[in-house]
Amino acid sequence: MPESEMTSLERVLTTLSHKEPDRVPLFLLLTMHGAKEVGLSIEEYFSRSKNVIEGQVRMLEKYGHDCYYNFYYAPLEVEAFGGEVKYIENGPPNSGRPIISSIDEIRNLEPPDVKNSPVLRKVLESASGLQEKADGKVPVIGVVMSPFSLPVMQLGFDKYIELIYSEPELFTKLMDVNTTFCIDWANAQLEAGSTAIVYFDPVSSPGIIPREKYLETGFKIQKKVISAVNGPVAIHLASERCLPISEDLCETGAVGVGISAMEDHDKQKSAFKGKMSLVGPLNGIEMARWSAEEAENVVKETITKLGPGGGFILSDNHGEIPWQVPSEVLHAITDAVRKWGRYPVRG
Amino acid sequence: MGHVLNQQEEFEQAILSMDTFAARKIIENLLESLPDSEHRQSIEKLVVHTMECIGVGWESGEVALSQVYMGGRICEKLLSDITFSDTTSHTNQLNTALVVLEDRHMLGKRIVSSSLISAGLDFADYGSMQADDLVGKVAQDEIEVLLISALMLPSALRVEKVRELLEARGIKAHIVVGGAPFRFDKQLWKQVRADCMGETASDAVAILKKLNDEKKNA
Repeated sequence: MPESEMTSLERVLTTLSHKEPDRVPLFLLLTMHGAKEVGLSIEEYFSRSKNVIEGQVRMLEKYGHDCYYNFYYAPLEVEAFGGEVKYIENGPPNSGRPIISSIDEIRNLEPPDVKNSPVLRKVLESASGLQEKADGKVPVIGVVMSPFSLPVMQLGFDKYIELIYSEPELFTKLMDVNTTFCIDWANAQLEAGSTAIVYFDPVSSPGIIPREKYLETGFKIQKKVISAVNGPVAIHLASERCLPISEDLCETGAVGVGISAMEDHDKQKSAFKGKMSLVGPLNGIEMARWSAEEAENVVKETITKLGPGGGFILSDNHGEIPWQVPSEVLHAITDAVRKWGRYPVRG
Repeated sequence: MGHVLNQQEEFEQAILSMDTFAARKIIENLLESLPDSEHRQSIEKLVVHTMECIGVGWESGEVALSQVYMGGRICEKLLSDITFSDTTSHTNQLNTALVVLEDRHMLGKRIVSSSLISAGLDFADYGSMQADDLVGKVAQDEIEVLLISALMLPSALRVEKVRELLEARGIKAHIVVGGAPFRFDKQLWKQVRADCMGETASDAVAILKKLNDEKKNA
């Protein structure tokens, strides 16, 4: 089918069913760049859903990639729990002081009310707005932080690792609260108009936690959440490695997995072939200093390895393209996908 | 010193499985078997070598970051419980500070901190600081080696600002950087004008020891 006859949504659905669409789908997972497009600071941009809708629409028009990305910033859910968000001029908003200063506070922790949280409502509004703009032709991607990874921002990474190993009762209580919230939050986004959910879960990666511990913790939570979410879910380890747990990930019920630039792409393709679609693995940090020629070469090589047979969406490997990546590089990536990503891909 | 190497594998296993009791027992046995004059050197050698092996394991994907962190904390605790009679081995060190730049992600700094303490290296812990304040503090404390941990790209890029501010004050501190952005882009440390980059906390120990040795031999 020629490219002009296949919509972005058809392209993505075809690849998710492990068949070859007209060309490799491209997800430019742009968040902060929307602020540049509409001429606002990052803080102003994320303060209103209409800005995010406008930013996403303009970026899709500009680059012609294959999704609306309704992700605001990582600490958004912690903000809904009452946490603070720190804005900077040239990077993603960051979580401030952890909301749980003493682990005993976990005993009284309650999940936010998804429908009545002002910060979450903004995201639901933009999910609806983007779905309207998409008109059934472009997937709207929603995002949740996994219950198992959210505590990095709720407690601080060091305290959270100590909690996992030393406080099983409080760990379980925290996971219960976060799981309830995560399921509600994912389903609310789907109901509002998101097509699929990205489940960010870097703590489950073998780079962060040993597989044995993952099987007792993050793995069980992935299965529980994904089985309760009323739509397709992709697990994203936010640039961390996944090969040592590839068989486990295939049992979670997720349809896709975010893959790292740091692993062998042939092994990634082989490990998930026919089971989960791959999303990634462009190195967003290096991308900031790529020339147009380098961008084309990397895209070509990546598509050649990961494209054949479908089951592949080209994207950055972190789930958020850094602010420092210039539009020339983004255009070069888009152009390279159109040049080298047309099926059948020559391997 | 052969005792130490014999015990290393067992000690590493105890640390990786977070078996503090077994790790402490190995140290106690080693202390009993050696003369007082060799205690500090032997125990530090055991711990540093173990953390090096764990760091290598993390780089190769065989060890998880949570194990590196917990291992460092256990080693730090075990060493703090020992009173060495020999207190002379760590004089003449370069003035060193450890900091997280413009960020609240402290895990990397905590891991480096544990490794430095376990290796018996002195340093000032500056916590998290803005570039301007950091340079003022470096000047005030006459810091010669600045270890900077960064998790986010914008923080990593601010290292260049630190370098500029240091130069403006005529300070020639050695900047050592580490953290995720530097692992994902191997050229980034040069771009931000650091002097070198450490992939792991053990690298920080090795770099600092090398700089200290150079100072001694100068």
